[in-house]
Amino acid sequence: MVGGALGKVYSDREIIIKQGETGDSMYVVQGGRVEVLQDSVKAGEQHLAFLDAGDFFGEMSVFEKEVRSATVRAAGEARVLKIDKKALLTRIREDPLLAVNLLKTMSHRIRKLNEEISRHKKTQL
Amino acid sequence: MSPLTQKSVADSFSDFVESEEKDFTLRDGSRIAVVGGGPAGSFFTYFLLKMAQAIDLDIEVDIFEPRSFKYCGPAGCNHCGGIVSESLVQTLAAEGIVLPRSVVQRGVESYVVHMDVGDVAIESPVHERRIAALYRGNGPREGCDVELESFDNYLQEMVKGLGANIVPQLITGVENHDDRPFLKYGDGKGERYDLVAMAAGVNSNLINMLGELPGDYEPPKTTRGYICEFRSTKEEIMRILGRAVHVFLLDIPRFEFAAIIPKGQFVTVVMVGEDLDQELVHTFLNDPVVRRTFPTGATPCVCSCSPLINLGARKRPYGDRVVMIGDSGITRLYKDGIGAAFRTGKAAATSAIFHGVSAKDFEKHYWPTCRNIVNDNRVGKVMFATNAIMKNSRITRKAMLRMAQKEQQKDQARPHMSTLLWNMFTGSAPYVEMFRGTLHPGFIYNLMLSLGAALVPGKKAVQPRKKVA
Ligand SMILES: Cc1cc2nc3c(=O)[nH]c(=O)nc-3n(C[C@H](O)[C@H](O)[C@H](O)COP(=O)(O)OP(=O)(O)OC[C@H]3O[C@@H](n4cnc5c(N)ncnc54)[C@H](O)[C@@H]3O)c2cc1C
Repeated sequence: MVGGALGKVYSDREIIIKQGETGDSMYVVQGGRVEVLQDSVKAGEQHLAFLDAGDFFGEMSVFEKEVRSATVRAAGEARVLKIDKKALLTRIREDPLLAVNLLKTMSHRIRKLNEEISRHKKTQL
Repeated sequence: MSPLTQKSVADSFSDFVESEEKDFTLRDGSRIAVVGGGPAGSFFTYFLLKMAQAIDLDIEVDIFEPRSFKYCGPAGCNHCGGIVSESLVQTLAAEGIVLPRSVVQRGVESYVVHMDVGDVAIESPVHERRIAALYRGNGPREGCDVELESFDNYLQEMVKGLGANIVPQLITGVENHDDRPFLKYGDGKGERYDLVAMAAGVNSNLINMLGELPGDYEPPKTTRGYICEFRSTKEEIMRILGRAVHVFLLDIPRFEFAAIIPKGQFVTVVMVGEDLDQELVHTFLNDPVVRRTFPTGATPCVCSCSPLINLGARKRPYGDRVVMIGDSGITRLYKDGIGAAFRTGKAAATSAIFHGVSAKDFEKHYWPTCRNIVNDNRVGKVMFATNAIMKNSRITRKAMLRMAQKEQQKDQARPHMSTLLWNMFTGSAPYVEMFRGTLHPGFIYNLMLSLGAALVPGKKAVQPRKKVA
């Protein structure tokens, strides 16, 4: 049985958010595992990361109006909680420090991305 | 920018002189005491230690809590309905705090409103489990064999992991010794601290004994609630109650509100009413509407209690080096007390770490969070008074039911009455937001229509789309 008790259960490979679609919420994994994938014309579908309980995704749509930059699907059965953009932004207005946890993860992801880019550049040289 | 006036210069100068005279900032080695290890104490400690770590501040936190939340029965329980609201579940998730399956006894998907004129199931707006039903201690005494983890214990373990010391001591008094709060223990000994966070709830004698401290610590107003546990089988509870919290709007004298909350093989009955006594509890439990919602063969456990509910704000929930959080200070009227413990705990911790621990610091940086709750509660009082009037008239009960049933049947884009009832019962939105919803022309129009229909004799209630349980 998948861990966590709140949110919604997604079955194996069920898509939670889809690249290119608009979104107005972010998600927090409560139990199980999800996979982040990106589709590009050049490289096709690429695995970006696995996320586990406590990790979140889809946060970009809370802060900007762009379409989803990646697809996230359940890797095995997973339980995921949806967080509404409006509710979250209202809470952040009252308690700006709530955004710190999101910023921490986002900065961690940028750091990983930078490492990835420099590794990629090195292999091309 | 605010204009430079003689007063503002004088204020700044006196602030400067005061801060020169006394240092009210937390420094490396500062010692903080938290009196009470319920949600307010744990959330305060969690954020205090997290923020201190973030700015490399080395502080020591002692949480005084005589109870062990690992016990089942009253000894391990901070008596409460055990509903963690939708907004708190979402905030905790955004903070990276995930409530595990062992803690959550039921993920709630819907609320069913029961009245003598009929029932309506109001589904969670996004059809997912967004509300947690849990135990504050290790469950009823009759359930010592059931494997579960209490919410308060889960939070306590979390702050222990961050370095807080749990001291199993009852605090018998707080005094002022050389400009520092001094905590007195039961054995007559005690200790001085740089900051004391009072998180002893509203059911403690201690909160009435703070008069000795400098400042205005008038305790909050209270009323009594009633909680009782019943045992049945998991299957029977699931069959009758499903994943829904069942709430009752009944025209019983002195009765205000009650809920039946399914939790594994137990159900928790929570009740609020005027001068709540055994007679009122008996009348409620024997009401035909309640009887038909009760799992068959459910037996009452010895676990029943009448805890106090904080009804009003403490006038000034802070002083120099003392801050009151959660129920000891200010909480939301009737709903989401754990959410208010989170909000006040975090706001007090933020003020202490980033601004200081003087009364002035708390007034500037902690009080705004409290004031928001206080102002919202004023609107809440109006909402509850209106609700009391509506629930006491059969016509308005029928109109409310009809409107909500129609909305649930049609999956309406703006289900006004359902949203109002959902927010009112789950405590998921501020009262101001609920009040604004009632001013929407769509709400008023549909309510008028439903009132009209309710006045027509013999007009049947809308048939529910599906049974929730
Ligand atoms: C009938 C009823 C039903 C409720 N249902 C809900 C609900 O479903 N959902 C919800 O969100 N809220 C609910 N509440 C409100 C909720 O219980 C409180 O708002 C919440 O518990 C406040 O947390 P706290 O940490 O401030 O206080 P408490 O939970 O009361 O914790 C105080 C702690 O301080 C300790 N303590 C007390 N005195 C001393 C002392 N002298 N020395 C050391 N430690 C001490 C106690 O042992 C306790 O652990 C309900 C309240 C009542 C009365």
